[in-house]
Amino acid sequence: MSAALKLENLTKDFPVGKRMFGPPRGVVHAVRPVTLTVETGETLGIVGESGCGKSTLARMLVGLLSPTDGTIEIEGAALDNADPSEFGRKIQYVFQDPISSLNPRKTIRQVMEAPLKHLHSMPKARRRERIAEIFDAVNLREEFLDRYPHEFSGGQAQRIGIARALAAEARILILDEPVSALDVSVQAQVLNLLARLKAELGLTYLFISHDLAVVEAVSDRVAVLYFGAVVEVGRAEDVFRAPRHPYTKLLADSAPVVGRDLKAPEGRETELPDPLNPPTGCAFRARCPRAVDRCAAEDPPLMEMGSGQLAACFNPVPEGEAAK
Amino acid sequence: MTTLALIARNRLALWGGIVLILVILLALVTPWLPLYPPNATDPSIKNAWFGEEGHLLGTDHLGRDILSRLLWGTRVSLAIGFASAVIAAVLGAAIGIVAGYFGGRTDNILMRLIDLIMGFPYILLALAIVAALGPGLMNALIAVAAVNIPFFARNIRGVTVGIAHKEFVDAAKLAGMGHVRIILTEILPNVVPVIVVAASTTVGWMILETAGLSFLGLGSQPPDPDLGSMLGLAKDSLITDPHVSYPPGLMILIIVMSINLLGDGIRDALDPRLRSGALSRPAAATTVDRRGAAPAFRDEGILEMTDLSTEFRLKRRTYKAVGGVTLAVKPGECLGIIGESGSGKSVTALSVMGLVASPPGVITGGAVYVEGEDTVGMPYRQLRALRGDRVAYIFQDPLATLHPLFTVGDQLVEAIRVHHRVSDKEARAKALELLKQVRIPNAESRIDSYPHEMSGGMRQRVGIAMALANDPEVIIADEPTTALDVTVQAQILSLLSDLRRERGLAIVFITHDFGVVAQLCDRVAVMYAGRIVEEGSTSDILRSPAHPYTKRLIACVPELGEGKRALAAIPGLPPAVDRLPDGCHFADRCPKARDVCRQDDVALMGQGGRAVRCLFPEAEVPGAPEAVPGPPVEAEPITADRVEAAQ
Amino acid sequence: MGSYILKRLVSAVPVVLGLTIVVFLIMAMIPGDPATAILGAYATPENVARINRDLGLDQPLPVRYFIWLTSLLQGDFGRSYSLNRPVLDEVWERFQATLLLAGASFVICSILGVAAGVVSAARQYGTADKAITFAVLLGISIPSFFLGMMLILIFSVSLGWFPPSGMQGLAYLGGGGFRDVAHHLVLPATALALVALGVIARLSRSAMLEVLRQDYIRTARAKGVDERGVVWRHALKAAMVSIVPVLGLQAGFVLSGAVYIEKVFEWPGVGRMLVDAILQRDLLLVQGGVVLVATLYVLFNIIVDVIQAMLDPRIKT
Ligand SMILES: Nc1ncnc2c1ncn2[C@@H]1O[C@H](COP(=O)(O)OP(=O)(O)OP(=O)(O)O)[C@@H](O)[C@H]1O
Ligand code: SF4
Ligand code: SF4
Ligand SMILES: [Mg+2]
Repeated sequence: MSAALKLENLTKDFPVGKRMFGPPRGVVHAVRPVTLTVETGETLGIVGESGCGKSTLARMLVGLLSPTDGTIEIEGAALDNADPSEFGRKIQYVFQDPISSLNPRKTIRQVMEAPLKHLHSMPKARRRERIAEIFDAVNLREEFLDRYPHEFSGGQAQRIGIARALAAEARILILDEPVSALDVSVQAQVLNLLARLKAELGLTYLFISHDLAVVEAVSDRVAVLYFGAVVEVGRAEDVFRAPRHPYTKLLADSAPVVGRDLKAPEGRETELPDPLNPPTGCAFRARCPRAVDRCAAEDPPLMEMGSGQLAACFNPVPEGEAAK
Repeated sequence: MTTLALIARNRLALWGGIVLILVILLALVTPWLPLYPPNATDPSIKNAWFGEEGHLLGTDHLGRDILSRLLWGTRVSLAIGFASAVIAAVLGAAIGIVAGYFGGRTDNILMRLIDLIMGFPYILLALAIVAALGPGLMNALIAVAAVNIPFFARNIRGVTVGIAHKEFVDAAKLAGMGHVRIILTEILPNVVPVIVVAASTTVGWMILETAGLSFLGLGSQPPDPDLGSMLGLAKDSLITDPHVSYPPGLMILIIVMSINLLGDGIRDALDPRLRSGALSRPAAATTVDRRGAAPAFRDEGILEMTDLSTEFRLKRRTYKAVGGVTLAVKPGECLGIIGESGSGKSVTALSVMGLVASPPGVITGGAVYVEGEDTVGMPYRQLRALRGDRVAYIFQDPLATLHPLFTVGDQLVEAIRVHHRVSDKEARAKALELLKQVRIPNAESRIDSYPHEMSGGMRQRVGIAMALANDPEVIIADEPTTALDVTVQAQILSLLSDLRRERGLAIVFITHDFGVVAQLCDRVAVMYAGRIVEEGSTSDILRSPAHPYTKRLIACVPELGEGKRALAAIPGLPPAVDRLPDGCHFADRCPKARDVCRQDDVALMGQGGRAVRCLFPEAEVPGAPEAVPGPPVEAEPITADRVEAAQ
Repeated sequence: MGSYILKRLVSAVPVVLGLTIVVFLIMAMIPGDPATAILGAYATPENVARINRDLGLDQPLPVRYFIWLTSLLQGDFGRSYSLNRPVLDEVWERFQATLLLAGASFVICSILGVAAGVVSAARQYGTADKAITFAVLLGISIPSFFLGMMLILIFSVSLGWFPPSGMQGLAYLGGGGFRDVAHHLVLPATALALVALGVIARLSRSAMLEVLRQDYIRTARAKGVDERGVVWRHALKAAMVSIVPVLGLQAGFVLSGAVYIEKVFEWPGVGRMLVDAILQRDLLLVQGGVVLVATLYVLFNIIVDVIQAMLDPRIKT
């Protein structure tokens, strides 16, 4: 298997309190060095709480944001100039809010034609054919093409968003919370569509979500993000069943599950660290029930935990202690 | 409906448009009308009264015909007013779009310049420009246009920033479009309505300003007439010959008023929020339009709804958001209401205390008994006394539901003092107590925080504290944890659960998450398209759902710990509540639907708190039709050829 | 709060500098020889020589600007050739009269405008709302100078209640005292206020309507707050956050409208002075008057910002 996507030390800092001249008042480390590999044909799930840097990471991968540091390699070729049209042919993005990802003043046909025209300089007749093919693949009727976005439900709009991403003929899709704006019954429709497209077209997915159960249901591997850094990576079936990082365990214990008793899984401080004023050492320390002295001094790197699972923790949860 | 038709429907705007068109026509044909030459003086008939000597509107102090000067002057004033509006709109919009789209330093520098110009009281700038260029009509035009550029630039920049951050602009970038193309095809079409609105609401103002400069003698120069300079001259003989001032003054008034009326019409038609009537003020309590008698009290709980119906009456459509909901909660009980978005959960909850926004909401039937008293149609004073005291609410998004400008302490104190005559000090002590009860760390210092200074979880704790302030009997929680992260959600849920146990609260808990329901609620009601389709104890419903919808809904939600797999989707979409089908509302998506399902309304059938609204339920429910097990709910394998089209 | 005020004052310095640059550049657009342009009819050879020396008119633009700026900072705004008196003295004297007129109108239109807007929003589509909406429409459509003239015709000429003109300037207050000034002030202040009142009422109404649909208003109702508390405490407080900046802008409108009203009522204010100066081509007087008044307006806007910061805790102070 070859790597479809390879990130090395990818970092993004945002200056805050910018002034017209001179340095900014502070810096937020939205993504701290992230190193990840996504194999061709794989679905890598990314979970984390709001504000942990999921979308920032995703936007860097498609060139909508330029990284502060680090490299992105797509299908073996490094791409480091943030130029979305350069990226667009190889990697595409499916947005969280399906309606606002469609220009309200363009017909669906105009939306669909843009990538064909600008990325592939396709002639008109060929575009027509191609759009028909794609629409068939995502189960949308061709008569929709001459309508405007407001005439569609969220689920339909999301299919259009997926169709647009397919039109660019990218083989890697970044799915940024693609179903969280949808209702559960429609969510399942879209997830199934994504699964089928992947099988039929041999796509690679990076699937971002805050919903653990959804991520687990669609992913081969899962990476858990906390405060801008990957704290645990492993096979989807293992990560939540046998988490090694205390944060992953907290997440898994917090998810409401039928048949599990309600109890607050955490007695200590609950706030995320202040991004302008990050703590030293492990970012999870203030909330961590397993913290040891070393955690205050050093920032734990990702470490092999056996059986292919990596966790960034000095005092990981023992292997036997499964999530309750 | 087209914009023009919308404007025409607005009667005032229509009149404004008609008058304006008449004035413009008159101005256009002026050169061909049989008028005195506008500048021909006649010393023998100075300041003639209306109609004297064949001068319909009299003459001015040089004996010039006022009617002729009026029409010629109108031409000039209109032309200058519109020209300056167009110039200001185009330049201002260009600056605004560039600044808003590119952001960063470009934005910073452009906007600082604009701020600088706005730093002047605008007339000073206009006067300075006229002073430099010299008095004259063209220079007045330049001055008026220049001082109005900032208004457009700021306005359009604001809108552009909003659009430039929309996801469709990102999508366009990913589709390989360049900046110029994105500005022209993605941004501009969305900004044009705003430009039109801004221009149409400022043309009138610019006409006033140009007339003003002429009035001061800085615009059109003698002998050429324009409305402002005519008024300026009339002012000199105001006391002796007031009638000379009437025609130009009224003409300006007519022009500007018709433009303003039309402009308001254009604004209302182009602004989507105004178009849908969303800017109407919600009344203190929901309108009640109950036909027929209130259903009797059944004495089944502390809060009891019977056949509650609420609809939204918009101009041409009626949305039946809640179509006859019957529910009851006992003290100490937690009832979950679960359903998809738009199924009417929130409207049901808000109807209890008459909090549905009205207009357009109307409660059209049923009763809500709180401790045996019907709140539907109750006098406002009585209803207000119940709100927050007997029945309290916790809402979804704690940032939006707490007042941003009051400290959380003040908001808690207010909640107590609207119902109890206690001193400020006592109320504050109670507020502190409440904050401690909801386990806010450092309550003493937190009490003086503003909501924006707290995290989402803390804010929701404040929301809960506020609900507890008056020891209510019933708490209605409308998705109180949906906006929160899972780890925070778990804490809030356990807090609610503890409070319920300690205080014997009756809780109505609205959610769309079965996991949450399973952990917190004793009983569940499942809503679909404005109705309850199934009701029962949580364990019954999760173990053996009787309604086909419930069964499928449970199956299509992935659950943690089941590994990678396909999901059993429900094909299609819920029906729109303004076009509900006859019979069972779920029939279009139900694999077991038969003709009889679509004929008559299906009743909620059952007994002892377990009921289902289905003719062929999936599981045995006493008092309901016999179970007819349907096809097993199975997820199609991942390589299945086609997912059912959503239509 | 003290440090915030200081910060705002410091940040006003570049703004005021910017203002002087804008004024300077506008004045530099004057075609022809600057000395004769500035002096116009008063272009005697001595005057030309003097002004060339004073303003360095033979120097390149940036140098001229700095010469001008330096003298401004020393309080030297030049001499008005038409009045033969220092610009600063004349402007300051006239500005007081304008301040009286504009200040009185501003207070009237702010209070009445916000109140009308709140009532209008609270009684949306009721009679009061319709009446206010119509009055507002009339207010923003009528030229203030025409309105002033009509007020004179009605209240001075027909009814004889108030004088149509004859305000002598504050320097001559001795004559009639406070009552006399007030008597002269009523009509012009009313005419000036009515126009801005319309705009303020309109914006207050829409700000209130916007706020009244917010979730936190529903929360207030759910707590059991009565309608009066909802409208006047919860909604108005939140609406003020968007009304106050508008009041700041409207102060500029009132000041601008004063120029017309001063002409109608022959009020001895700075606006009339500027117009006369333009017609006389007394450009130093125009330049000095514009810079001074604009600077005072910047200071006024700082006050507005401070009020805004006191109102809204979300603004970092
Ligand atoms: N102010 C309103 N004007 C018009 N229609 C409305 C209004 N508020 C709600 N509705 C309609 O009422 C129906 C029920 O809405 P409701 O908010 O109760 O759903 P819900 O079950 O709470 O959904 P969610 O899960 O999204 O909160 C929907 O069809 C909605 O469009
Ligand atoms: S490194 Fe230490 S503080 Fe961080 S998660 Fe592991 S045990 Fe906890
Ligand atoms: S009544 Fe008929 S259509 Fe409706 S849910 Fe039951 S079986 Fe399906
Ligand atoms: Mg809701």
